[in-house]
Amino acid sequence: MQLYIKFFAMHLKSQMQYKLSFFLTALGQFFASFTVLLGVYFMFSRFHEVEGFQFEHVLLCFAAVLMAYSIAEMFGRGFDQFPQMLGNGEFDRALVRPRSVIFQVLAAKMDFTRFGRLFQAILVFCYAIPNSGVIWTWDKVLALLLMVVCGSLIFFALFIVYAGFTFFTVEGLEFMNIFTDGGREFGRYPFSIYGKRILKFLTFVVPLALFQYYPLLYLLDREKNMLYMFTPVIGLLFIIPSCAFFRIGLRKYKSTGS
Amino acid sequence: MITLSNINKTFRVARRQAGFGRAVKALFSREYELIHALNDVSFTIKDGEMVGYIGPNGAGKSTTIKIMCGILTPDSGMCKINGRVPWRDRIAHVREIGVVFGQRSQLWWDVPIIDSFELLRDIYKIDRKIYKNNLDELTVLLDLSELLKTPARSLSLGQRMRCEIAASLLHSPKILFLDEPTIGLDAVSKMTVRQFIKRINAERGTTVILTTHDMQDIEALTERILLIGKGRILLDGSLTELKKRSSRRKTLVVEYNGSAPEITDDMTLIEKKNGRLVISLDPEIFPVSDAIAYLAARTELTDVSVSGITAEEMVAELYREYHI
Repeated sequence: MQLYIKFFAMHLKSQMQYKLSFFLTALGQFFASFTVLLGVYFMFSRFHEVEGFQFEHVLLCFAAVLMAYSIAEMFGRGFDQFPQMLGNGEFDRALVRPRSVIFQVLAAKMDFTRFGRLFQAILVFCYAIPNSGVIWTWDKVLALLLMVVCGSLIFFALFIVYAGFTFFTVEGLEFMNIFTDGGREFGRYPFSIYGKRILKFLTFVVPLALFQYYPLLYLLDREKNMLYMFTPVIGLLFIIPSCAFFRIGLRKYKSTGS
Repeated sequence: MITLSNINKTFRVARRQAGFGRAVKALFSREYELIHALNDVSFTIKDGEMVGYIGPNGAGKSTTIKIMCGILTPDSGMCKINGRVPWRDRIAHVREIGVVFGQRSQLWWDVPIIDSFELLRDIYKIDRKIYKNNLDELTVLLDLSELLKTPARSLSLGQRMRCEIAASLLHSPKILFLDEPTIGLDAVSKMTVRQFIKRINAERGTTVILTTHDMQDIEALTERILLIGKGRILLDGSLTELKKRSSRRKTLVVEYNGSAPEITDDMTLIEKKNGRLVISLDPEIFPVSDAIAYLAARTELTDVSVSGITAEEMVAELYREYHI
């Protein structure tokens, strides 16, 4: 962890070298996801609820997913850049250093310009938390916290899977973005609105709903069962097959070198 | 101690002909070609040795280096370095080696060199005292004091290479792999780098394995050379030995006033310009001193120079000999 902070400081130093670019990109990021927010807003100005979720409820969901995603992205951006790392041989360098490979890929790139997105998530939270009509008892606070923390870890695991694919295809796979960027985009509405089948898929295969839909039900008192509060924790199991997949890919890389 | 025994490595490379139609076809059915990158490679390198690993492009040099670094696993065969199998015991192994890839940087582009060094200290968990000693020593030897506060992107290639080499020695590795360390450097930087490598080898007893295309590197640095071609080790011996083995012919360049002298059958004429003759001869048959005396008796010599084969020529001759 200490070493991670050191890497963090290095990235910050590097990116600060280009001050103007840094701030402009952050600003751009902010506005880019701002338009998404406007989309949600305009939709609710026509329809007042979706599947029994009101605007403020959706905002809560939106903010939790956006925040989880931007945290994951900020720290786990290395996996997104992984195809380049393989291509330019930077990955070989990681293999000749006495540290875990996953850690090094993770620390290889950090994207602070994503602060813009994070900042926006915070703003939306500031609005949604008092206006959602949720009475914030300790368990509700914990549920929301779990949504964000476990959510970012699950997005993170998806980045690892994405990188794992790179070992087989050399190029990054765009279809994986359905789950990463797509998860963020579609995740602004509770996943139940996309239908039962998709909800099932997002529960049992790619567990995005586990940190979004189910705990949201608990937050809004639609479900009283404490299990719904802890579904994000169950979702963390997804990390195990993700890492395993990455290791299989790594073994293949070591034997083919391509 | 490095031991490689019967290492084999094959790559499967997709092959297709040029043209759009072929490209579409290749999308669905691909022809693969097996490339034997390494074919039964075995050698031993003792502690503290300095070895030049040479061969033309694509001969298998970097594959061997990658296997020794633990980046690649061979198909068969065994590699033991200080008692460890590199690809099985990766973390313990890489702690004891330093690697410089001449064409790839390990320094952070936008931050001062010293920051990169300090990050390496934390990555390798180098003891503070050892780190300080190493840094001080390397700073003096490689003349880095001016460079440490500069970001890598504003250094010249030569300056950066000095920093790269220092970076790979901070954790006092027992073995140093140098992959084309002098590529693209100017004459002065090359000399600095060579002198330094020599010194590290002599003073710290670091084993050095060097791949290069620059034969002057080999001549200046290594006693032992390994020649690899088409995935096989073709030669393993000392440079002097090799020189003796390969052609003994000498080149004689003479300048003269007046008419060109007749030459005998034992001399081969390479070049004849006005006032200048270049002759190649075998000193066993016709000693150089006799040749000079012979020429001097026939014309007025103004300048004479004799040269043996250079490492460059010798290697070119070896490549030809083995058809690689």
